[in-house]
Amino acid sequence: MAIRPLRIAAYTLCSAAGDGREQTLRALRERRGGLQPNDFGPQPLSTWIGRVAGLEQQPLPRRHETWDCRNNRLAWRGLNTDGFIDAVQRARARYGAHRVAVLVGTSTSSIGASEEAYARLEPDGRYPADLRRPIVHTPHSLGDFVQHALGLTGPSMTIATACSSSAKVFAQAERFMRAGLVDAAVVGGVDSLCGSILFGFNSLELVSPELCRPCDVARRGINLGEAAGFALLERDAASGPWLIGHGESSDAHHMSTPHPEGLGARVALMDALARAGIAAADVDYINLHGTASAKNDEVEARLVAELFPADTVASSTKGWTGHTLGAAGIVEAAISLLALEHGLMPGTLNAATLDPACGPQIRRENVEGNCRRALSFSFGFGGSNCVLAFARGDAL
Amino acid sequence: MSVELPLVRIEGVGFWASRLPGWGIARAVMRDEQSAPDAARSRPTPTLLAPTERRRAPDTVAIALEVASQACAAANRKPAELSSVFASTHGDLAISDYLCATLAETPALISPVKFHNSVHNAAAGYWSIGVGSHAPYTALSAFESTFAAGLLEAATQAVCDDRPVLYVAFDIEAKGPLSTVTPSCGLLGAALVLAPCEASGGATSGAERSGAAHATRLALQVEAGADPRTDMLGTDVVSTIATTPARSAAAAAVSGNAMAACLPFFEALASERSGEVLLQLNRNAALRSRLIFP
Repeated sequence: MAIRPLRIAAYTLCSAAGDGREQTLRALRERRGGLQPNDFGPQPLSTWIGRVAGLEQQPLPRRHETWDCRNNRLAWRGLNTDGFIDAVQRARARYGAHRVAVLVGTSTSSIGASEEAYARLEPDGRYPADLRRPIVHTPHSLGDFVQHALGLTGPSMTIATACSSSAKVFAQAERFMRAGLVDAAVVGGVDSLCGSILFGFNSLELVSPELCRPCDVARRGINLGEAAGFALLERDAASGPWLIGHGESSDAHHMSTPHPEGLGARVALMDALARAGIAAADVDYINLHGTASAKNDEVEARLVAELFPADTVASSTKGWTGHTLGAAGIVEAAISLLALEHGLMPGTLNAATLDPACGPQIRRENVEGNCRRALSFSFGFGGSNCVLAFARGDAL
Repeated sequence: MSVELPLVRIEGVGFWASRLPGWGIARAVMRDEQSAPDAARSRPTPTLLAPTERRRAPDTVAIALEVASQACAAANRKPAELSSVFASTHGDLAISDYLCATLAETPALISPVKFHNSVHNAAAGYWSIGVGSHAPYTALSAFESTFAAGLLEAATQAVCDDRPVLYVAFDIEAKGPLSTVTPSCGLLGAALVLAPCEASGGATSGAERSGAAHATRLALQVEAGADPRTDMLGTDVVSTIATTPARSAAAAAVSGNAMAACLPFFEALASERSGEVLLQLNRNAALRSRLIFP
């Protein structure tokens, strides 16, 4: 059942908390969140958002203009951070363009471009000429752009299982490498702010009118955010932390509410621990899904309280980034990797009084310490769950 | 070097299109044994859902659940035991049209049910709820190569996790202004149950399964075209791959649907003659699908 660990040769993230690993680490260390009052779109709802600044002024380079839209601009910004493109170029030279997969997650991809087209349709009902680009009006906009931008020709797909999307791509990449289909994979995810998610989550009464407070007893819902993140998984890399396990499951309960006893989450967690060949007590840090919705945080807190020892550190980092939906998996995987690398286990920003369901594992304050193994939880709409397990080289 | 995945068995097939409502009739039309009916059927009823939910279920859910159920029944597998892969080029085009139109006029009036049905994994989510499965599912898209991408993912899961996998591919009719850039006509769904050939593959062992020895087998291989002629971050790569065209009268009955690219694969299945189908995996790679009949 255990898998052969895979190396993460490079990784990067870009969110409201910062561009790249160094800025993100500093924001975590200094407890400086990236959320701001909502100013997105012509009729902004009263909430807070995690907005990545400057995308409006950063069109894609001419050679990629077919793919230009907010979501792919954010993808491009992520690819150009932390030397990620250089790392992919080395992998491409080493293995061949066709032996590197592109597996990326998103929830709404570039539907923002379709929304924009509907807001300024031509009198005859057609799209405005500048938006008659089919690729930006379909979910694979993201995967197709990333593959094109990186000059890769291996298998390429866009995974869209809501908030678990960019966690599940790690599992998929591990299978592809185990089956010998590829030697490396660019995994990751991008989601960007758009009307559909802001007004959609608002219609479900899940959006907080105030700053989100994950795990707080008085939390009032989520803050939506946007982010891009990528990781390069290699079968045979010289350095980097390790993906040691993954677990996936379905709640089989409800489209937009988690299973009340966290049944699916538990199945995914057990599967990840089994594949990693570790016990719950071996885990130093857990990055929770921790959306700040009433149900999610309660179910997750109970699960952690029941299964982990008191000295495991667990937290939600959505107070820094907002809920970045299809990008949440990769963003929080990257934060877990930063914890392994720097020994900084972030606390839970904006949580003043923890929910009574929280055990001693869930921390408000940051913890500096020896972090050798970390888990990242991603639980999404449609009951899709994924848990990832990472380790430092000295903890394999 | 391109590696061939270990063989998988095709245990069951599901198919439903507006003018080919069921694998039986679709197969007959693909075999030239009869012609496709002229009239389009209305959508299948998602009987897996509670009666109150059937009417308001989106077309994506209705078509996906129909072919998924057909394939599981043909495979004689309990649906709850299967992992699943749901592939759709565009997802729910009708709800995307609704969301974009409502956002342009009255964003605060978005329907919460339509919103949660808009996620790409809605069909997969309803399936897992309907059959009560805690097994993982995934939902994906790969634009014009969606069918091949999903098939590769499903077969990879079957061999890596040594368990049977349900594969469901579907697209529905585009609506409103969106249909001018993402055209798709009618409903088309296709499903397969794939199981590893080597090992037990689930609750019932291979040896115990009736007819296992007579099952159709499938071998997949990723076929790389020439390397892109341009440099990293350069201009567009030139497509260097050839793919198998659809040949039967069924092609006309499903043409216009975004999932029509699945047809050559199902024509080969219907023919019951061993052979190969080349499906586009992206602009520069093909999926070589070798079908082996007993």
